Amino acid sequence: MIARLGKNIYMILIFLFLYAPVAVLIVFSFNKTRSRAVWGGFTLEWYRKLFQNVDILRALQVTLIVAVVSALVSTVIATITCIGLNSLNRRLRSLIMNVTYIPNITPDLVTGVSLMLLFYFIGLKTGFATLLLAHIAFNIPYAILSISPKFRQLDRNLFEAALDLGCKPRQAIIRVILPEIMPGIVTALILTFTLSIDDFVISYFTAGNQVSTLAITIYSMARKSVNPQINALSTLMFLTVLVLLLLVNIRTTRDLRDKQNQGDLRK
Amino acid sequence: MRMRRLAYPYVLWMAVFTVAPLMLVAFYALTAYDADGRLFFTLQGFRNVFATDNTVAFNLFGLADLLGFNLQVPIYINVLAKSLEIALISTVVCLLIGYPAAYILAKRSRARRGQSNFWLFLFIMPMWMNALLRTYAWLALLEPMGIVNTFLGYLGIGPFQFIYNDFGIGLGMVYNYLPFMVLPIHSVLVKISPSLIEAAEDLGADSTRTFLRVTFPLSLPGILSGINMVFMPAMTTFLIPDLLGGGRYLLIGNAIERQFMVSRDMTTGSALSILLMIFVLASMRILTKYEQESSEGGLLA
Repeated sequence: MIARLGKNIYMILIFLFLYAPVAVLIVFSFNKTRSRAVWGGFTLEWYRKLFQNVDILRALQVTLIVAVVSALVSTVIATITCIGLNSLNRRLRSLIMNVTYIPNITPDLVTGVSLMLLFYFIGLKTGFATLLLAHIAFNIPYAILSISPKFRQLDRNLFEAALDLGCKPRQAIIRVILPEIMPGIVTALILTFTLSIDDFVISYFTAGNQVSTLAITIYSMARKSVNPQINALSTLMFLTVLVLLLLVNIRTTRDLRDKQNQGDLRK
Repeated sequence: MRMRRLAYPYVLWMAVFTVAPLMLVAFYALTAYDADGRLFFTLQGFRNVFATDNTVAFNLFGLADLLGFNLQVPIYINVLAKSLEIALISTVVCLLIGYPAAYILAKRSRARRGQSNFWLFLFIMPMWMNALLRTYAWLALLEPMGIVNTFLGYLGIGPFQFIYNDFGIGLGMVYNYLPFMVLPIHSVLVKISPSLIEAAEDLGADSTRTFLRVTFPLSLPGILSGINMVFMPAMTTFLIPDLLGGGRYLLIGNAIERQFMVSRDMTTGSALSILLMIFVLASMRILTKYEQESSEGGLLA
């Protein structure tokens, strides 16, 4: 009984620790005074100011364009790559997959710095293009890792059957393979979009000083002074990421359940 | 099959965007541009890192004070030691706070299949918020006139200086990386077969002994991968010390960031990055070695 109470109190404290900052941020985005500690009444003032802040709106635009384009491009590249990987021999495939894992074990800081050096080396001036390239680069491994498991579940005979029934390889891919791996593709799209919006470190090193994403803007605002607009912006970003990740989460749990059901059926 | 050709563009991409950039870090660590913009070989970067003309007293974990020695080391070595100290302490605190949480969550997961995911989900949710924003939120909570100090003021204590010191940075790290510790431990704990626990109890072990001799050893792989997942970002972050340290703190992450973004000294910055990479990879190597040793003869179902 006492042990149970102790456990509950412990978990409550942990959750308090985890959620207090988030709650404070959200609550104080509606605070009338500039203070981050004293409540001065409800207002939507900061949201209004936020939507009139040209810097932030421009950063939002950059963030969204980079997120959408990098998600699409990296998912397309990953899909094509996975189709190719599937018909490679095991040794070559595992070599490629091992190199694909490298960005996952490299600290973000080093990834950001190394990409910056790459752009410097080939003489590409940092700006929108380098930012976009960097995002595609760090997204591709995650897209591949979302899509490649689908190929492991894929029945190899399906493709052969399509060819036997008179499909050209291209038709077989579009009509047979793609629909089969579609869940992986959608997960890859959402995941890469979210990672791109969420990224700060790599953007910071590859965007240069002319272009700025939301995260970079928040960083420079947070370093300068107290600004409740950051709270308002944080609240909106948190909700956006929350909705997106809920979608991913629901998808993966459903996939998992489907897989389990399939497994049950096979038994 | 001709399909394999579809993988070739990615191989090229990987060479350019994964392999080449890392090679370039090594390359720039050993070269610099002269006045005419030509590259030349130099060890100046590493010389700057290990420069002995500007040394400070080495005081890892306050050992120098404790044991009464005075060791002068290059500044950057001290920065690395300071980063290591804060990262290690944060990792240990994450483990101490995270293990019981993972244990309780795992128990709930097994007791009630449906609800389990909900608690875990609640636990992971804050992690989805941008690290930058979460860190910024702590700034608001902990600043001298912030909420915590205001609250403590009502109780008649404080105000305390929570930020712009080791405590603030450590707290920021623990907050940001706690889920990275809890998740792997949780996933290992849930997989431990209940029959092993029952067997230990049947054989007469009380619950403490069962935990120490059965559950804990079996959860070691989770602990090791948790340590790995917390230590690495804690060692390399520049965001947390920058915001919660008020820009006055120099950890290895900030040092690298400043070399590239403020001093524009790519040679020293790259040399520091190489040093950091070697350090991080070496610690990962040690951990995976432990992991292999501890998983030999494992009983995981």
